[in-house]
Amino acid sequence: MPIHDQSYRRYSGERERQGRAWTVIAGTGIKNMLGKRKFLGLLIVAWLPFVVRAVMMYFAANFPQMSMIAPSPESFRQFLDQQGIWTFFITIFTGAGLVSNDLRANALQIYLSKPLGRAEYIAGKFAVLAFFLLLVTWLPATMLLVIQVVFAGNLTFLSANLFLIPAILVATGVETIVLTMVMLALSSLSKSARFVGIMYAGMVLFTHALYGVVLAVTRNSKFSWMSLQGNLQHLGDVVFRVEPRYDTPAWATVLALAVIVGGAAFVLERRVRGVEVVT
Amino acid sequence: MSMSEPAADPVVIINSLTVLYGKQRALNDVTASFPPGAVGLLGPNGAGKSTLLKTLLGFIKPAAGSMTVLGLDVAASPAEIRARLGYMPEIDAHIPGMNAVSFVAYCAQLAGLPPVDAMQRAHEVLYYVGLGEARYRNVETYSTGMKQRIKLAQALVHDPDLLFLDEPTNGMDPKGREEMLELIRDLARNKGMNLILSSHLLPDVEYTCDHVIVLHQASVAAQGPIDELKGPRGSVFEFRIKGDRAAFSRLLHDEGLTVHAGEEDVMRVFVPDQRGAHALFALAARHGVQVRHLRPSLPTLEDVFAQAVGEE
Repeated sequence: MPIHDQSYRRYSGERERQGRAWTVIAGTGIKNMLGKRKFLGLLIVAWLPFVVRAVMMYFAANFPQMSMIAPSPESFRQFLDQQGIWTFFITIFTGAGLVSNDLRANALQIYLSKPLGRAEYIAGKFAVLAFFLLLVTWLPATMLLVIQVVFAGNLTFLSANLFLIPAILVATGVETIVLTMVMLALSSLSKSARFVGIMYAGMVLFTHALYGVVLAVTRNSKFSWMSLQGNLQHLGDVVFRVEPRYDTPAWATVLALAVIVGGAAFVLERRVRGVEVVT
Repeated sequence: MSMSEPAADPVVIINSLTVLYGKQRALNDVTASFPPGAVGLLGPNGAGKSTLLKTLLGFIKPAAGSMTVLGLDVAASPAEIRARLGYMPEIDAHIPGMNAVSFVAYCAQLAGLPPVDAMQRAHEVLYYVGLGEARYRNVETYSTGMKQRIKLAQALVHDPDLLFLDEPTNGMDPKGREEMLELIRDLARNKGMNLILSSHLLPDVEYTCDHVIVLHQASVAAQGPIDELKGPRGSVFEFRIKGDRAAFSRLLHDEGLTVHAGEEDVMRVFVPDQRGAHALFALAARHGVQVRHLRPSLPTLEDVFAQAVGEE
């Protein structure tokens, strides 16, 4: 005779109010990624440039003969540029399967039969990739600012370059939004995460190569809006107040990025549904 | 003073519901009422059963009509409704990369249960559906029968007031099917769970449900309590003759009797009035047909279904 009846029982405990399911999706997604050793290795490698920069700041602050490596607004811009390669890999590693794996396992019917809407599902998936992108861009860049203050022992650099705080936020924030939306949209187009990764890499490389061809033909860099990477680089140059590497007007870059995000949102709206209706 | 209980409010009310897939009508002016308890949604493949459930869940926007589930308007309060619903989809569905207990607990959290309660419920429900021993296995390694059970577990874990079960015995072996039907019956009869069981398998519906709604070609062909539909509006006979069955079937049909093919060469003849077996003997005598076998039979849901959809 069983000590405890393992039959079905009604539940009378508390329930969270609606609108929080995205945090469950995000939290679980982040936890799952952190459980992968290869991904942890990638994250550690992505933080190495931060360590190098922090060491440089230490020497610049403590040894006057090393002043040539003292930080400037441009060095923060360069740091975020260097992180581009890691954001590329992290976007593929984390993002490719976010929606495509759910499509493969027909999980959307499970998700959307719970009290959450499509927007909440996308918000949860968005938060997973955005978290890791900010973890290797915004967080180390902001920590470098703090470390600079700590090593220098004064606020001189920071107060002279106060714009760096919003600049880091805007550059990494826009990059995160654009890359995450693009990856989520691509991920919703296929049931194969591997294929999504290839599509993403192809898109980033192809648009930049296309711009390269146009540049070679026209000798004019104002067509950088054709390249996803070019748009993000150009926006970064503008917000960090460094000499822009492209002649494209800032509004054209902003417009191109807005179109990319809008297009991705449109794709997600069409693809993330509880039922696929083929007419 | 009457001691009879007042009729409980229907859990689902559908008014003039039309759903279009492009130009094709998946549901055509469907009006139906699902009483509390276990209701079978019966119909051949393509009749619109799954479409109806998905429309009630808010997955599909109807072209016309209105629906209320548990007293809430589907168009106005889809999230509130889904918080009180459990849905077991027809196709294989799971969250990838999770073991069973993580998957079910995750579903509970998505439905609003706190993490600790979600995990506790997940263990309980997995034991209830018979997956207790396999709860730490990755769902992707499960057999078809186990996948059906885990779909039921994720639908139950947040203790819904209404369950939608879409072809729950699909792909199960006889023993598994029997156990699944026992679970469904237990939920409906002993646990007070309202459920809608969509199936094309008549025995499944007959075993588990009290009411049935028959869908055929995107419309409601019949609805009501199963006992009433099978009820005393006529009689059913198993009937075997010597001679041309097809020709005699036509004669029966002309007399207003319904004939369904039974096992081997036995016909199941539905006599809709009080004429009984005399009508059959008289007709056979009139046309010189030898009756080899005639036995009164109980109307089954199959007869109800065949009559509703006009099958012969």
